[in-house]
Amino acid sequence: MSRRVAYVNARIVDPASGLDAPGGLLTEDARIADLGPRLFADGVPDAETVIDCGGLVLAPGLIDMRVKIGEPGEDHKETIASVSEAAAAGGVTALACLPDTDPAIDGEPALEFVARRAREIRSTKIFACAAITRGCAGAELAELGLLAEAGAVAFTDGRRAVADSLVMRRALGYASAFDLLLIQHPEDPALVRGGAATAGAMATRLGLPPIPREAEVILVERDLRLVAATGARYHVAHVSTAETIEVLRQAKRRGLPVTCDTAPPYFALTEADIGAYRTFAKLSPPLRGQADREAVVAGLVDGTIDAIASDHQPQDQESKRVPFAIAEPGGIGVETLLPMALELVHNGHLDMARLLALVTCRPADLLRLPLGRLAPGAPADLVLFDPDIGWIVDAEALSSKSKNSPFDGRMVQGRARRTVVDGRTVFADDIAA
Amino acid sequence: MTVDPSGPAPLPHRHLLGIETLSGAEIVRILDLADGYVAVNRRAMPKLSRLRGRTVVNLFFETSTRTRTSFELAGKRLGGDVINMSVATSSVRKGETLLDTAMTLNAMRPHILVVRHPDSGAVDLLSQKVNCAVINAGDGTHEHPTQALLDALTIRRRIGRLDGLTVAICGDIQHSRVARSNIHLLNIMGARVRVVAPPTLLPAAVEELGVTAYTDMKQGLADADIVMMLRLQIERMSGRLVPSVREYNHFFGLDADKLAVARPDALIMHPGPMNRGVEIDTTLADDINRSVILDQVELGVAVRMACLDLLTPPADDPDADTAGAAAPSPLAGEAGR
Repeated sequence: MSRRVAYVNARIVDPASGLDAPGGLLTEDARIADLGPRLFADGVPDAETVIDCGGLVLAPGLIDMRVKIGEPGEDHKETIASVSEAAAAGGVTALACLPDTDPAIDGEPALEFVARRAREIRSTKIFACAAITRGCAGAELAELGLLAEAGAVAFTDGRRAVADSLVMRRALGYASAFDLLLIQHPEDPALVRGGAATAGAMATRLGLPPIPREAEVILVERDLRLVAATGARYHVAHVSTAETIEVLRQAKRRGLPVTCDTAPPYFALTEADIGAYRTFAKLSPPLRGQADREAVVAGLVDGTIDAIASDHQPQDQESKRVPFAIAEPGGIGVETLLPMALELVHNGHLDMARLLALVTCRPADLLRLPLGRLAPGAPADLVLFDPDIGWIVDAEALSSKSKNSPFDGRMVQGRARRTVVDGRTVFADDIAA
Repeated sequence: MTVDPSGPAPLPHRHLLGIETLSGAEIVRILDLADGYVAVNRRAMPKLSRLRGRTVVNLFFETSTRTRTSFELAGKRLGGDVINMSVATSSVRKGETLLDTAMTLNAMRPHILVVRHPDSGAVDLLSQKVNCAVINAGDGTHEHPTQALLDALTIRRRIGRLDGLTVAICGDIQHSRVARSNIHLLNIMGARVRVVAPPTLLPAAVEELGVTAYTDMKQGLADADIVMMLRLQIERMSGRLVPSVREYNHFFGLDADKLAVARPDALIMHPGPMNRGVEIDTTLADDINRSVILDQVELGVAVRMACLDLLTPPADDPDADTAGAAAPSPLAGEAGR
């Protein structure tokens, strides 16, 4: 016997079709049965549960394509359970985790481990990116084909760039035969080594070892030559500089199979947020200046940037409560992805449907997942959110095990009220609905 | 820095972490007081009681002889009890060690902590976790405020002013906390500041600190009133940031030929220790008409006495002996915010 849930009185936003209208949605077990402006117009729906959405936005659940989990190896920083809780609270119904764990996700057993733990938790869907190279060490290719068959949605060495040109050429060449997506962390390690902040007035004043901005575009330009030579699908993670975005804009015009994402810190923060050695603002790549921040916004507006991912990087107190230069880089973000992305709507850069596309159907398409859209027969992965409600991010109140949010103390707008995965509510804010 | 705007004290800061946040009036106040201590130090028995009953801890996470000795003398001449602690950081450079050490020392209730650390911002971080006053004796490549103050006192006593002077700071600007503190101080006091170095030793966007950058010594030294040489760490040479010691000395070492383009009475300064024959020619370093390097060392003690004095509440202050006792735990806050 099937279980039907009716969502009435909602503002339905489906970025894939461009729908943004008042209406209703009906789920049957794990799938969407029907939706539309006139659904339930004739009266009480035939369903076991009726949820009055109170005019809030009902959209596909968010898909976060770049999340580091500490499991295995660093489960004191984040576990699959804790990240699931954080994701559900943030309206994220699917995420892709990074393989630079300990041990790395570079073989089927590690992939199986993540899948099994995620199944046990039965909350946000957790997919895994697998390593490009064994141990994410940048030298020998991992079993890309077998890993893809076992369910890896993309390949990356996580926070480590594939620096060796020959290794990258072989990886792209090999991956092209299987039509795999390779994701690069775009920082030339030789230029980044020992650095802590973007070279410029801020780093100079604070006496922090500098990272030249060119470190990003240099690696991307090299890779684009290799992409042109191999034809492999190539994706640049968390683009942060104007030059990189322009280079990718031109590459797309030339028809290269390239895509990219950015993370909220790069369109919402600048190096000025480092303030007096605030280690929560130490990220990889490092925060940039105002001109770069504006270039990231422009890249999101004109479509050069395909997706927004949180680049969630949990770090414990011991990794952050140290002098800036030796603090670990990275910030948590899966739970604040929605309100940070909504800043682009509130600031007038994007409309709701276009913004939501960047965190739903477009990352789903990049990872070739049949998710991120509202359609009859599609998985009932939903988020119901209040786009306008104001609140202040309190890192201690977030669900992640680690509390290193670069947005701690920030006034934001928009919050998930209910998160639904395969038709089941995995998070509900008692205040709402 | 904690500032109490209502306080009548001339130095309303709780700590001395850097020059950048000081005002011109505060700098003048420190220099004036230090002037008085210069006279005291030249007496046969230079011993005072200003810090009697107070404990000064020199906490050095980086080796230092000169600065530590200077602070030690300053504290002792003011009648304080001075303890030196050297903490090796080479083996385990873990910051938790820094905060653990800070809290351990804090529990022993010193009155002033004088701290040097190899990481920029480390002294600031430590100051947030203790109840006592903290003096930055050098943090990474960030600031070394007492060095800039003693340089300023040296110039003021020789020339009578800082305002309007042209000062050329030469050498490894990128890695120099002395350069940064001097750039801030000289700008606040109205001097014109130039930096001279090969591009590999010039920090990015250094002009935004309020300096003019030169990569040629003779252009940078032209008509300068003060030539301030910096120490070049030998391990940064030999092919890493400059091709060799020989090449560096040839183009950027101070010698009579390069100095000839400066004003005829230009003073030569160096924070020490010098690499003779590398960044400075030995005859110039020892030229008693031009070099004020030993003045800098002498005045350093007086400047540090002034800083210790100004950060110590008067002995009859009812809060003096209980300061911090009722304060919340230094652990209540959290780093990284």
